[in-house]
Amino acid sequence: MTFQLTQIDFQTILPSMIMFGMGMVVLLLETLRRSGSTTPLAVVSLLSLAAAGYASAVQLGWGGQGFSGSVIADDFSLAFNLVFVTATALVILISIPYLEKSGLKYGEYYALLLFATGGMMVMGSSLDLLMIFVGLEILSISSYILCGMLRADVRSNESAMKYFLLGAFATGFLLYGMVMIYGATGTIHLRKIGAALAQPEMYSNPYIWFGMGLLIVGFGFKLALAPFHMWTPDVYEGAPTAVTAFLSVGPKAAGFAALIRVMIEGLGRMHNEWDMVFWVLAALTMTLGNVVAIQQNNIKRMLAYSSIAHAGYILAALVVATEEGLGAILFYSLVYVFMNIGVFAILILAATPKNERLTFDDYKGFGYVSPLLGLAMFVFMLSMMGIPLTGGFVGKFQIFKAVVDQGYIWLAIVGVLNSVVSVYYYLRIVVVMYMQPQDSKSINEKPAFSLPLAVAITASLAGVVFLGILPAGWMEFSSHSVSVLVASF
Amino acid sequence: MIPIDHIMILSAILFAIGVAGVIIRRNAIIVFLSIELMLNAVNLGFIGFATHMHSMVGVLFVFFVLVVAAAEAVVGLAIMLEIFRNKETLNLDEINLLKW
Repeated sequence: MTFQLTQIDFQTILPSMIMFGMGMVVLLLETLRRSGSTTPLAVVSLLSLAAAGYASAVQLGWGGQGFSGSVIADDFSLAFNLVFVTATALVILISIPYLEKSGLKYGEYYALLLFATGGMMVMGSSLDLLMIFVGLEILSISSYILCGMLRADVRSNESAMKYFLLGAFATGFLLYGMVMIYGATGTIHLRKIGAALAQPEMYSNPYIWFGMGLLIVGFGFKLALAPFHMWTPDVYEGAPTAVTAFLSVGPKAAGFAALIRVMIEGLGRMHNEWDMVFWVLAALTMTLGNVVAIQQNNIKRMLAYSSIAHAGYILAALVVATEEGLGAILFYSLVYVFMNIGVFAILILAATPKNERLTFDDYKGFGYVSPLLGLAMFVFMLSMMGIPLTGGFVGKFQIFKAVVDQGYIWLAIVGVLNSVVSVYYYLRIVVVMYMQPQDSKSINEKPAFSLPLAVAITASLAGVVFLGILPAGWMEFSSHSVSVLVASF
Repeated sequence: MIPIDHIMILSAILFAIGVAGVIIRRNAIIVFLSIELMLNAVNLGFIGFATHMHSMVGVLFVFFVLVVAAAEAVVGLAIMLEIFRNKETLNLDEINLLKW
């Protein structure tokens, strides 16, 4: 067997190569930075994200495969690349003031964000289990470091430690699942696995069943699905706030991209076997996320549980595995990026170096202290609840429509009931902001203006409202993007 | 030749010992060691299947697992060092500022 690298090979991984290359450049620039702020590095990172986004956009509609078919640049991976780029760009914008406020003077922070984004791109564009594993690990290892970035803060250390131990534990399960699938089908290429499953005698092979189960457990840990979610609130609470914003959107979207690849292109023929597993996981995840979120007093922790709940809604769309449902996953991922990072941007803007301002009580009367920020928070919360005219509504509507169309009525009922529960804790922050008088402990002066945060909040707001009022463009694009997946059923 | 089932049973036993170690032991280093044991069970499985099916892919996969495990060890031990510097303990029960 001869193996040679062609130009096509490198084109297929161009966006992630830009991320890794520019990450290296940022690391080099960091060594040249004697003193002063890290903001120039953030600008370089933003430019490289723009370059990667552009590279993804021009490749749309290509579908070339490289490296013996192990990576593919089809519209599915490129569309997800655009989501990742948007998420990371917004995170970098909110990181600039956050790093200043928390006194973090490490330029490596931006390099790690770029590496993590590259890892997410590899996950989305991989066609075999090995590449999914490599991409996932690039992403995870960068995230472990990002969580522990506040080195002197014990809570940040603890968050990194928990994320590291449970992340590595989950990797073990994922890999053992891959061993089993490899043993059963003799290949790690997803489409060949799909083809191998056409033979009926495959289903009497216990390895394929163990493999599927272990893969689901591994992905469950990585995506924080109940009952594998225990680490999420702790990690999200302890990590630096900007990193929490990143963790709750980027790796989630990447995990779903990889899960869709494995479950649709690889194990698609076993849909009738795995749909009920995901049914139960989705119902459990959204119920647990919403019910526990009610009791939280720390907004960051509340958002952690809310992100678990949203993962549950997205998983409900995977259960149906139709073009409509998978398109809804892509649509919702982008909406979730905008609304979640928007909320975190407001939290960072309100924080002071001495007090992070993360409890509900801090926001008493906030709607009068800063009317514009109060209004922005209100819109993000409406979108999280899924109220019409926001992107959150359209996303949820699409998911539940796809679920009902395929006859999973009860799952849709559980999902809608959960949305009702979630109104309680999302509205709570609105009630606190507008209906409770300020006191000595709450925020009593207008947060100082910050250009990057203003850009991030405006962009998120625009995204949420635009996707709520004119969703057709991104909706059609997402359902077109998932249509290139070679479903094996 | 050793039958594949024997290799997989050994690998499953190693994996189970690793999982048990993660759940039972309270020292972060030992927990990490148990995770490494799980990864080595995975490697054994890949080698076993690769030999059994005369396919090189499994062998290749093992190299990637080894490299990733090394990278993970670097980051993990750095995190533990940092936590030890601040708290002087690696007992997971005492690392409990956040609700576990």
